[in-house]
Amino acid sequence: MTIVPTKRRLRGVVGESAPRADAPPKVKGEFQYASDLSREGMLHGATLRSPHAHARIVRIEVEPARSMPGVRAVITSDDLPTQEKFGLMRADQPVLATRVVRYVGEPVALVAADDPEQARLATKAIRVEYELLPAVTDVVAALQPDAPKLHDPKDGNVIEDVRVVHGDPDATAEVVVEGEYEVAMQDQAALGPEAGLAIPGQDGGVTLHVATQWLHEDLRQIAPCLGLPEEKVRLVLAGVGGAFGAREDVTLQIHVCLLALATKRAVRMTYGREESFYGHVHRHPARMWYRHGATRDGRLVSVRATIVLDGGAYASSTFAVVANAACFGAGPYRVPNALIHAVGAYTNNPPTGAMRGFGAVQSCFAYETQMDKLAAALGIDPVELRARNALENGDRIITDQPVEGSAPVADVIRRCAALPMPPNRTSADPLGLPGGAGNLTHGEGVRRGIGFAVGMKNVCYSHAFDDFSTARVRVERDREGVVARVHTAASEVGQGIVLVCEQIARTELGIQRVIVETPDTTIGSAGSSSASRQTWMTGGAVLAACREVNAELAERARARGRLVDEVDLAELLDTPAERIVTHRHRPTEKRNDTTQNDGHVAFLFAAHRAVVDVDVDTGLVKVVQIATAQDVGKAINPLAVIGQLEGGIAQGLGLAVMEEVQLKDGAVRNASFTDYLLPTMLDMPPVVCDLIEFPHPDAPYGAKGVGEPPTISSTPAIVAAIRAATGRALERVPVRPDDIVFGTSSRSGWSVVAGEDPRSAHHSR
Amino acid sequence: MRLKLQVNGGEREAEARDHESLLTVLRERLGLWGSKNACDQGECGSCSVLIDGRRVCACLVLAGAAVGGVVRNFEDLFGGEQMHPVQRAFVDAGAVQCGFCTPGFIVATAALLRDNPEPSDAEIREALSGNICRCTGYGKILEAVQRSAAKGYSDDDRPD
Repeated sequence: MTIVPTKRRLRGVVGESAPRADAPPKVKGEFQYASDLSREGMLHGATLRSPHAHARIVRIEVEPARSMPGVRAVITSDDLPTQEKFGLMRADQPVLATRVVRYVGEPVALVAADDPEQARLATKAIRVEYELLPAVTDVVAALQPDAPKLHDPKDGNVIEDVRVVHGDPDATAEVVVEGEYEVAMQDQAALGPEAGLAIPGQDGGVTLHVATQWLHEDLRQIAPCLGLPEEKVRLVLAGVGGAFGAREDVTLQIHVCLLALATKRAVRMTYGREESFYGHVHRHPARMWYRHGATRDGRLVSVRATIVLDGGAYASSTFAVVANAACFGAGPYRVPNALIHAVGAYTNNPPTGAMRGFGAVQSCFAYETQMDKLAAALGIDPVELRARNALENGDRIITDQPVEGSAPVADVIRRCAALPMPPNRTSADPLGLPGGAGNLTHGEGVRRGIGFAVGMKNVCYSHAFDDFSTARVRVERDREGVVARVHTAASEVGQGIVLVCEQIARTELGIQRVIVETPDTTIGSAGSSSASRQTWMTGGAVLAACREVNAELAERARARGRLVDEVDLAELLDTPAERIVTHRHRPTEKRNDTTQNDGHVAFLFAAHRAVVDVDVDTGLVKVVQIATAQDVGKAINPLAVIGQLEGGIAQGLGLAVMEEVQLKDGAVRNASFTDYLLPTMLDMPPVVCDLIEFPHPDAPYGAKGVGEPPTISSTPAIVAAIRAATGRALERVPVRPDDIVFGTSSRSGWSVVAGEDPRSAHHSR
Repeated sequence: MRLKLQVNGGEREAEARDHESLLTVLRERLGLWGSKNACDQGECGSCSVLIDGRRVCACLVLAGAAVGGVVRNFEDLFGGEQMHPVQRAFVDAGAVQCGFCTPGFIVATAALLRDNPEPSDAEIREALSGNICRCTGYGKILEAVQRSAAKGYSDDDRPD
């Protein structure tokens, strides 16, 4: 008998661009997103939100709402089962505002009614009397001693304060460049609105079907706020219409469960688009002051920076975002001396938290702009300057952690720079020019520019967080033959973890038919679909579980005196072979006072080159091409990896030239897709990709995770290209037409010495 | 008010408020979930349906205004066991990530190819610029449309 290695016959193994198993139901409209869930006789929930950025609640009158037809429950903070607060990293947020509201949009009351419109109208009938309090919406002002204190007065408004001190931060350099930079608030703008369906149980508990990034973390926050033990709260992942960080925090989860428990009926809650803007956290806006020093031959001597991140009214993940902004604050370069002081503060703006790139986005815009300033000051080509200072394996970043298992950054830079350029513009057809169908130019004011940037970020959780994922792999026989079932709690949010699990299981087990089951809380946590970590963590857990199942099958074969490859697998499966494995990456170290430690598991690097056409008369930009090289470790599914790169770049493009949550006195002024501009197919140029496969020894198949780097350095590359085309300074994103036409400055008015404590800032006005 | 609508080849009745959109009535009143609710303002195309053969955003049409028209939503156009080549192209090209925008893009692609079977890349971009995708960056969607066009488009094509 000839033994043919089974793996050769398999379709859709690791390394192949297999189609997604969830794509057919999605293209047929059969895939159930959270907002598509319904149940016979269910009620609909709605939320009353604060119209004020900071106010005391004097009185709430709910009777007018309660007496409306079809209204089944009205809940205010007085009706809550406990006074527990919630929050991703600090429980500082009340389930419903209690005595005080701290941002425009803060939930104040809930209604359940027979239909959604009735519920919405009932919220309007609730009368709330407010007494206005002074609001602080300028994050640097929030740090000053005279600012209103939003939470515990003894901490002031500081949420997190991180100093990275490396070498001699006072080292002098021959050439120095400085700048103040701003990153505005960006929205994740996942297309699927927040939605959940809560069904009360016979046991007094509740089952929640919800679109989220991390079922178990939701559970940890929800159960105490409901006054229930965790075993009485069951979570099931509903179809997720994108996430990008916005579903890492609790939004409506507790609310919809409270309404279900109060009415003893199933309740669904779905945000509309406007409410979605108020309902979830956004990317932290940042103010940054930088000072770079270098030798005349272009070697970095020191980087000093002060970074202030606006955490909004509640902390969310501000702690980790501040740490990331600081740790990666000097970029993927060899920097012998550094001082980065990053602070995140409470303000009366909407809360901010996770968004793709998570702190690394903000500082990358600043340090890459600084690198271009340095290149100009030194007369060195910007790409060459970057390559000259690029980290190599074994080099230490400014937190003193060595870089291991990554492609040399200089290779990432050079391979990106070597990608083919787009053709020169030959036509004056307005459709191909900035402004497009607006027919604003025939090309007379259009200038082309090229920009380059490189960025870095960690993969997985950092700083001693117990990061793990759990996978159950079960091989069994059913009517159709041998099947492998993979069960984890990892949220598929669009990124393709279903593919990663399926392709790894198929490859390891040698079984064609692999079913990835719906994630829920009946299995252990998988951690969040964030930090580019699910391929490494849940992929790793599936890999380990498959190998244990294989060992079990080999043992069963051996018991029959055979080798496993010689027998029909079905013969070994009178009982299923099943293993549950919890996978951890190597431990990381806690932050210390100067953040000098091995805080991260591994690093991701990417470079971007942007080519843009800018109409200097109208200030409009058309991005012509993006080229990117990224160290992906190993592409489990190259097509899906390219999808992540292109999608991430689109979000970086958005931040570069159009996306901004505009705030006035703490209120969002553009809470709609009409006014919050997102890139369309006309805005997104062709992307040229070079996937660098430099396997990481600790990751499954060497695959490091790919989701975030595309969003980190694409933004500064595009802005650098606009600068090259226009000569404008452009120290703020998104770049606005006025910035291009008039050279508008966006300085904050605060004078801060780079590297020093922003609490000692002075306002120059 | 009581509405009588011609939906997906049959007459359907629904109780609705005067100001409710066709999208709300299709989804919340009639339980037809295939056309999606993303922006409520006609910016993203996720709720695209056909009324008398014309593509519209169902979120911008008052349900009452659809009375007398022939409404076809996503389930009717592209539901069922077999995949249309346009759907197959979206699957194979990797044009589906979270998939929330996908029904809208498929309706828009079909509408484009019906009018213009051999569109240039610029024409595809223009025709699909009323649809928003937040996941893919559009590269693979463009490729899916190119693949669909290369195979030749027909409304009735269900070869799978």
